[in-house]
Amino acid sequence: MQNHPVFTDNDPQNETSTLNLGPTHPATHGVFQNVLEMDGERIVGGVSTIGYIHRAFEKIAEHRPFYQITPLTDRLNYCSSPINNMGWHMTVEKLLGIQLPKRVDYLRIIVMELARISDHIVCNGVLGVDTGAFTGFLYMMQWREHIYEIYEEVCGSRLTTNIGRIGGFERNFNDIAFAKINSFLKGFPPVLKEFEALFTRNRIFVDRTKDVAAVTAEAALSYSWSGPILRAAGVDYDVRAQEPYSSYQDLDFEVPVGSNGDVYNRFLVRNEEMWQSMRMIQQCMDKIAKEDSSIFHADVPAFYLPPKEEVYNNMEALIYHFKIVMGEIDTPTTEVYHSVEGANGELGFYMVNDGGRSPYRLHFRRPSFINYQMYAPMSRGMLLSDAIINMSSLNVIAGELDA
Amino acid sequence: MAKVTNEELLLSLTTKFGEAIVPEGEPFGLLTVEVNRENIIAVLTYLKAELNFIHLTDITAIHYPEKEKQFYVVYHIHNLVGGIRIRVKVALATADVHIPTAVNIWDGANWMERETYDFFGIQFDGHPDLRRILNVDDMTVFPMRKEYPLEDPNRIDKKDYFFGR
Repeated sequence: MQNHPVFTDNDPQNETSTLNLGPTHPATHGVFQNVLEMDGERIVGGVSTIGYIHRAFEKIAEHRPFYQITPLTDRLNYCSSPINNMGWHMTVEKLLGIQLPKRVDYLRIIVMELARISDHIVCNGVLGVDTGAFTGFLYMMQWREHIYEIYEEVCGSRLTTNIGRIGGFERNFNDIAFAKINSFLKGFPPVLKEFEALFTRNRIFVDRTKDVAAVTAEAALSYSWSGPILRAAGVDYDVRAQEPYSSYQDLDFEVPVGSNGDVYNRFLVRNEEMWQSMRMIQQCMDKIAKEDSSIFHADVPAFYLPPKEEVYNNMEALIYHFKIVMGEIDTPTTEVYHSVEGANGELGFYMVNDGGRSPYRLHFRRPSFINYQMYAPMSRGMLLSDAIINMSSLNVIAGELDA
Repeated sequence: MAKVTNEELLLSLTTKFGEAIVPEGEPFGLLTVEVNRENIIAVLTYLKAELNFIHLTDITAIHYPEKEKQFYVVYHIHNLVGGIRIRVKVALATADVHIPTAVNIWDGANWMERETYDFFGIQFDGHPDLRRILNVDDMTVFPMRKEYPLEDPNRIDKKDYFFGR
């Protein structure tokens, strides 16, 4: 931090200038506007403007049945939509008291951890791009493509996945999906190792990131940070470990923690999380092998849509289909908060239900929105080029920021 | 540190604040209490300073048009060490939607309160910068209130005759 003389407006000695960073700046990777007050290359103040892609999801959700809200959650953090989808399904399942079979839990963990890896690939790859190294990003992108192919096998879509249903999955994982997961488990570790070799002790990268935008644990907690950036600041808070959902308690994994919360620490924490995710996926694959391979959803006919063949040929299935689609099933009148560890932090769903088919009120606790509010205050005194990589390492996703 | 139970938490709150704490049950294991506006800052400060609730998870609001006090401001707070959450609610009358700000307790409350103001029009007294955050600055209504429909019922640009039907 440097001390700057304070100038009033129109003071001829005022040497600061205003810089409009964004909303469509190539270095911000999304629609972010920051109006910065610059003294040469150094930032002396700034204001973030957000809301450019606000789509009123919370209002729309009040008018939609539960299962139609899943596509809205896709569009929050679109770099890891399956985590959002699963978080929403689990919120509804918590509300309705649905217990899932173990195999479904493990399948969900596989999908969620793949999503976490794909999100971290993008974040750490882009961090490399912003510090001047394009290779790592392109090299890793191939493996994000591989993960998207797995989604494609499981649900048919790639980016906005709408994966899973309330009570399980819409269909079982096929053999190609498992084969692709296995080839990912085999092929990705050497690549991640090379990626780490490219950056972790790279002089240029370390000089650009070490001690940049360091955040104390106190400040991070006071700003309600969560996720990898909070852990990089030295707080070992991970929803998966603290309040295990979806059978995370069955798995053996570690929560990586950084020390001073700078960009370098965040990079290291994300890399280590990818390794831990790989471990979890492997464990789930081993556990699934022992389960009945035909189970892919819970037995909740009142909320899980029956397969189409049965609807046309089976009276009971037709009745349930009608009841679900027309929303004729009562739901509990209560309120529920459920949170999952999203790729950026604690993704929470607060739902107030009045017994109807759509929520009375649904609020998304979006980690990007809450993490980003420290950006302008913490940029004060920083060089502009450092502020750019700070934004990359916060991994703010515009869809999650604005909802 | 051992896990804190809801009973212990409620007991320490009622010992300190007595009648001001109105328990509202534990939906899905999450202790919910209602506090009035006069006590909310004292309760939040006590939760953070004495009971280790250092992580403000979220602030939001709910609108119940049919209730006497139509607006509820809802705080979700998390004790990371004790592994326990609490939900604190404050009811506000429609004519007087003022509540003191929590920015002085958690810096993170800043944008959460701006968002709540933006969508429900809750006035957080003492907030350093209470402006709209997601909606356009010149919007005149608070769109998450129940009286505002999802779509303007009077809009005509989606009428069938524009599409030759």
